[in-house]
Amino acid sequence: MIQCERVTFAYPQRPPVFEDFDWRAERGDAWAVIGPSGCGKSTLLSLLAGLRFPNQGRVCVDGEELKRPRPFTGLIIQDYGLLPWATVRQNAELGLHLRDFYGADGVHAPREARRAGAESATAWLERLGLSGLEDQYPSQLSGGQRQRTAIARTLALNPDLLLMDEPFSSLDAPTRDGLQALILDLWAEKNLTLVIVTHTIEEAAILGRKILLLKTPPNREAVIMENPWAGAPGYRDSSEYLALCRELRSRLEQA
Amino acid sequence: MIRRKNLVWSGLALLAIWQALSWLVHQPILPGPVEVAEAFWLELVHGDLLAHFAASLWRVVASTALSILVAVPAGLVMGQSRRVNVIFSPVVYLTYPVPKVVLVPVVLLFFGIGDLAKIIIIFLVLFFQILVLVRDQAAALRPELIQSVRSLGAGRRALFRFVYLPACAPAILTALRQSVGTAVAVLYVTESFATRLGLGYYISLNATTLANYPAMYAGIVAMGLMGLGMYFGVDALEKRIAPWNRGN
Repeated sequence: MIQCERVTFAYPQRPPVFEDFDWRAERGDAWAVIGPSGCGKSTLLSLLAGLRFPNQGRVCVDGEELKRPRPFTGLIIQDYGLLPWATVRQNAELGLHLRDFYGADGVHAPREARRAGAESATAWLERLGLSGLEDQYPSQLSGGQRQRTAIARTLALNPDLLLMDEPFSSLDAPTRDGLQALILDLWAEKNLTLVIVTHTIEEAAILGRKILLLKTPPNREAVIMENPWAGAPGYRDSSEYLALCRELRSRLEQA
Repeated sequence: MIRRKNLVWSGLALLAIWQALSWLVHQPILPGPVEVAEAFWLELVHGDLLAHFAASLWRVVASTALSILVAVPAGLVMGQSRRVNVIFSPVVYLTYPVPKVVLVPVVLLFFGIGDLAKIIIIFLVLFFQILVLVRDQAAALRPELIQSVRSLGAGRRALFRFVYLPACAPAILTALRQSVGTAVAVLYVTESFATRLGLGYYISLNATTLANYPAMYAGIVAMGLMGLGMYFGVDALEKRIAPWNRGN
């Protein structure tokens, strides 16, 4: 699904964040990306989203090299992702409006135009428990409701790859647990490929079947930990989970 | 939000103060509101106040519309593109504080005494006010927001339509609200020169040549009503265009 082939990326006048970096993710995988701040987690995500491009090497999604954001990739960021001047419904329908705006040109919108349209946004708003809030503005919502609106907006476009950049880090613990469970449900149900960037060890262990560890740049190779029971019921209380968290913690301290 | 009832009361209070002053001064140069209202009605129906009003209204509306049409896209581009901003910001910085009204004679020399010169002068004043507010608003947009909308498939055109334009609507309205008064004031200045049509001409004609003070006040009232009407218009627009901004 995702291939990073000998990717080198540097911000201008800075040492490279990635150097000759190889990494691949299979379709249907759930990845958590973790590392200390400044390690390039968010940079990796914007490379995968087609918002930035490597200086050398290439990033392929679904067999195609990224030249621009891909219509079937959804991106959810920590905050500020919603239009403050648009209601919940308008925000949820934004992606669909954008597709209408360009038409099915294959560049900004997929060529196979499926006019699921407003119904699909409404269905997702309902599914995510936002019924009755459709006419509210983001500033009138709680943090959890805002993130659910962002999720509805992304899922209305029927993505096959979901990228999330610290999506829950500004939320309180119960809300965060609820949304993590929701994401795991959606992942299983829609056969999504998931890449979640996080700085919390627990979140990486809960959501990532595979965990990519990044370190202080430059990152030259992908350090990967397997976490096959992520998402299983009761995993949070198991000894495997606790052992993995311990292991992650000690590895992060070395990074 | 100001309540309509309070507006009516304060209007009545202002009229009462005016009447009291007029009784106190007791001279032809300050007629009371009733006398002015009569003159207003007479000039409107039998005189040519309406023609002067229409000429002024056209000038101020045309120049306001022109400023919005030019300054908003320019401000959006400057706010969005660092490269354009680097080139033009110093220009704006230097020209913004220059009082454009002093250019009245120059513009008259270049564009003659017709409507065009007057529209250009008001345009010059409004253009910079709107430009700066829109530019700052566009520049203040969070990059995260732009990125997340781009990730949904938005290119440059869609970003303008779905992000920059709505984001700047409040700035445009604020600029308009601030400039309505200025526009009418500049209008008055331009109409005091080389014209025979417009409220500015009408007021100074009645003030000096004709010494018809009630008619002069009728002209002042007409100009005030024009400014007030445009101000209310901006308010109504704001409620329609930017309801999320209410109470800010």
